[in-house]
Amino acid sequence: MKHAFVRAALGIALALPLAAQAHKMWMVPSATVISGDDAWVTVDAAVSNDLYYPDHFPAQLDQLVVTAPDGSTVKPENPSTGKYRSTFDLPVPQKGTYRLALVNQGLFASYEVDGQKKRWRGRPEDVRTAIPANAKNVQLSEIASRVETFVTQGSPSEGALKPTNRGLELVPVTQPNDLVAGEKATFQLIVDGKPAANLKVVAINGATRYRNAQDEMTTTTDKDGKFSFAWPSAGMYWVNASTEDTKTSVKEAKQRRLAYTATLEVLPQ
Amino acid sequence: MRRILPFASCLALATPVLAADMNLTVEIPTLKVAEYHRPYVAVWIERDDHSVAANLAVWYDVKKAGGEGTKWLKDMRQWWRRSGREQTMPIDGVSGATRPAGQHQLRFSDGKPPLGTLPPGHYDLVVEAAREVGGREAQRIPFDWPAKAPVHLSASGTEELGQISLDLNP
Repeated sequence: MKHAFVRAALGIALALPLAAQAHKMWMVPSATVISGDDAWVTVDAAVSNDLYYPDHFPAQLDQLVVTAPDGSTVKPENPSTGKYRSTFDLPVPQKGTYRLALVNQGLFASYEVDGQKKRWRGRPEDVRTAIPANAKNVQLSEIASRVETFVTQGSPSEGALKPTNRGLELVPVTQPNDLVAGEKATFQLIVDGKPAANLKVVAINGATRYRNAQDEMTTTTDKDGKFSFAWPSAGMYWVNASTEDTKTSVKEAKQRRLAYTATLEVLPQ
Repeated sequence: MRRILPFASCLALATPVLAADMNLTVEIPTLKVAEYHRPYVAVWIERDDHSVAANLAVWYDVKKAGGEGTKWLKDMRQWWRRSGREQTMPIDGVSGATRPAGQHQLRFSDGKPPLGTLPPGHYDLVVEAAREVGGREAQRIPFDWPAKAPVHLSASGTEELGQISLDLNP
């Protein structure tokens, strides 16, 4: 009975884009290594089961923050959200590395009304009006997730890669647009600017449709929050880590759920 | 009298099944993964030319609202290509809900659906499993039908399937 209930809850979680932890969020740029000042990239962004096939829900582009090599925030062109994916274009006139990020800061609530389980996700300022007064078992958690990818025109640069020191973030040790099959790449994960030690990190190459196994690689961050992968082959790797803590910025929320995802392109030797 | 007795006891053992039958055990392995969903599984019988002689079982998410569970049937891609795409789900007497890890026993009798009457010949029993955010695997067991004597056949899965055994009785 309890099992059936859990399954039902899981079913709801899967059906709702709110509880996207069961699915993978990603952005895939048409290219990550660019030459020429008049080049553009076009980017797909979605939430899906398989990498990188949009089959579930489009990413929300109001969460998109694009940082140019000079540190300025730039606006994407031609944003569009369809049934299964969102797309946008990005001219990359500056030399250096652009950071593209879907930043989600919000509240997640689960509660019951007349015995019915409800879920809500939104901005902290809306939570009071969103949850009815007769709601019971209200559980609030803060969500801080970040989905990123990187594009470099010319030589890589550091200007766009400075952490915001809010939530779970990736600090490159190896430049994220300088990844080659067979070479080891190292990155650091930080939570609110401090090393995130002992965190499980997963990496999965894309094109999962064309093989029989996920071929998931896993590692754990060391005491400095650093982790490495030696990419076995070229491809668009989905790298993900998540954790939770109690350092909430909204006092009603007891728990904070943090997630970081990057799409990293590894080129052949 | 002495001559008849063994024959009679034989009859008693074999009854009530006079027709040939097959007993199949499909094992779904227990997997230690962060996110587990029960696999979709298809079981069918193929002729030598890979055409499908009988669909024996299709386990999928039958209860998902709006028939949404059919969305992943194509992930059992061999079955989908050979037979699945021609079917209207659910298939009476064949399809059912996904099953948990463990051994599942299925019994099929000659002349009765879903096996029906299989002409004598050489066939493959195929078991294919596909798991959401997991892997996909197919295993086949070649056999001759009908069996002249009781036969025990088996195949071992490596990732998404465990031990599969097929017992044929004449």
